[in-house]
Amino acid sequence: MAKITASVYTSHVPAIGAALDLGKSGEPYWQPVFKGYDYSKQWLKDNPPDVIFLVYNDHATAFSLEMIPTFAIGTAAEFTPADEGWGPRPVPKVIGHPELAAHIAQSVIQQDFDLTIVNKMDVDHGLTVPLSLMCGQPQAWPCPVIPFAVNVVQYPVPSGRRCFELGKAIRKAVESFDKPLNVQIWGTGGMSHQLQGPRAGLINKEFDNAFLDQLIADPEGLAGKPHIDYVREAGSEGIELVMWLIARGAMSDVAGGPAPKVAHRFYHVPASNTAVGHLILENK
Amino acid sequence: MSLEKPYLDVPGTTIFDAEQSRLGYHLNQFCMSLMKAANRERFKANERAYLDEWPMTEEQKQAVLARDLNRCIKAGGNIYFLAKIGATDGKSFQQMAGSMTGMTEEEYRDMMIGGGRSVEGNRVVGEDGTAQAQHQPQGKAGQKASA
Repeated sequence: MAKITASVYTSHVPAIGAALDLGKSGEPYWQPVFKGYDYSKQWLKDNPPDVIFLVYNDHATAFSLEMIPTFAIGTAAEFTPADEGWGPRPVPKVIGHPELAAHIAQSVIQQDFDLTIVNKMDVDHGLTVPLSLMCGQPQAWPCPVIPFAVNVVQYPVPSGRRCFELGKAIRKAVESFDKPLNVQIWGTGGMSHQLQGPRAGLINKEFDNAFLDQLIADPEGLAGKPHIDYVREAGSEGIELVMWLIARGAMSDVAGGPAPKVAHRFYHVPASNTAVGHLILENK
Repeated sequence: MSLEKPYLDVPGTTIFDAEQSRLGYHLNQFCMSLMKAANRERFKANERAYLDEWPMTEEQKQAVLARDLNRCIKAGGNIYFLAKIGATDGKSFQQMAGSMTGMTEEEYRDMMIGGGRSVEGNRVVGEDGTAQAQHQPQGKAGQKASA
């Protein structure tokens, strides 16, 4: 039986990818950001998953306004890093896990979540920057990845509650897969940031740190936070944080198990326009 | 029954909801077309002619030609789509975001290094924070305007 062993949470700022790709990670501006992931890179080597289920959002890359799926699961054998207008990132292609992805799609839809199944899709910085932060610059990513794209671009986006419940359904789906796979679930995006209008550049450290505290200790309560609180307190793009609740909902304490171990926690301002937050939680 | 839109009183912020998306459909799809290198070249060679291939409003076209992202957003644009114009111009996300505040690139970058824009006074329209209408444009541009 497959099992979710840990969850990882991280921002996915495009400038972080650019800094790494252009060899700027040692510059004083970027050093503190990457330092926060030194522990994480070693942790991933020490705790290698068989599959990463990676929750992220597409930024008008694979999905234009032609089609806007709320939840989309990538079931392809591989996914190419996208050209977002600056040329594709020079990172390895992403190898999928079609067998587990198809199993999860079947199970989660039967649990009343209407997933869109995507067999052809390029993946943007939302997916590749977290991989770079956690893996550095390898020739190939360390394991297969199932991309799970959430619409957080066009409102209304899914509620925190729905994301949290979806996480629970994903855990059940993984645990009903009949092979002994070690699966990690990653939730990405955030933290506080706003990229538009005269309020661009908004950062709210108090909100972000309270969010991290509550994500660890009281995710059920956090799931009740309405959209407007994210927008007002964490900026219009801070809404991406609802995706963290999908990963958190898949942890075993939510289903009656022991509280997870906080293996790592990191917070830094700024990376470009954004506050960088990062957590690693291990199931006990 | 009217729709619930509790986000309309957030200062300096336009939420890209279904209504904005409908207004901005052709503007945003034009932006998507710039993800192809050949289209970027054609656009740069004659911006007006390229824009005229799209059923956009004149206001949308003028906003694009002026590179006024606040105007583009008001006309239904979304920042992740509009970023394709910035990419075509060789601009970073930070340059694009900063351009909407009236601050210079250096002023905006310094604000971010200093911890970003505070939420205090910037939660609800009518307060006195930096993002409020009465404080636009921000930075030196604003000081000049009021001098």
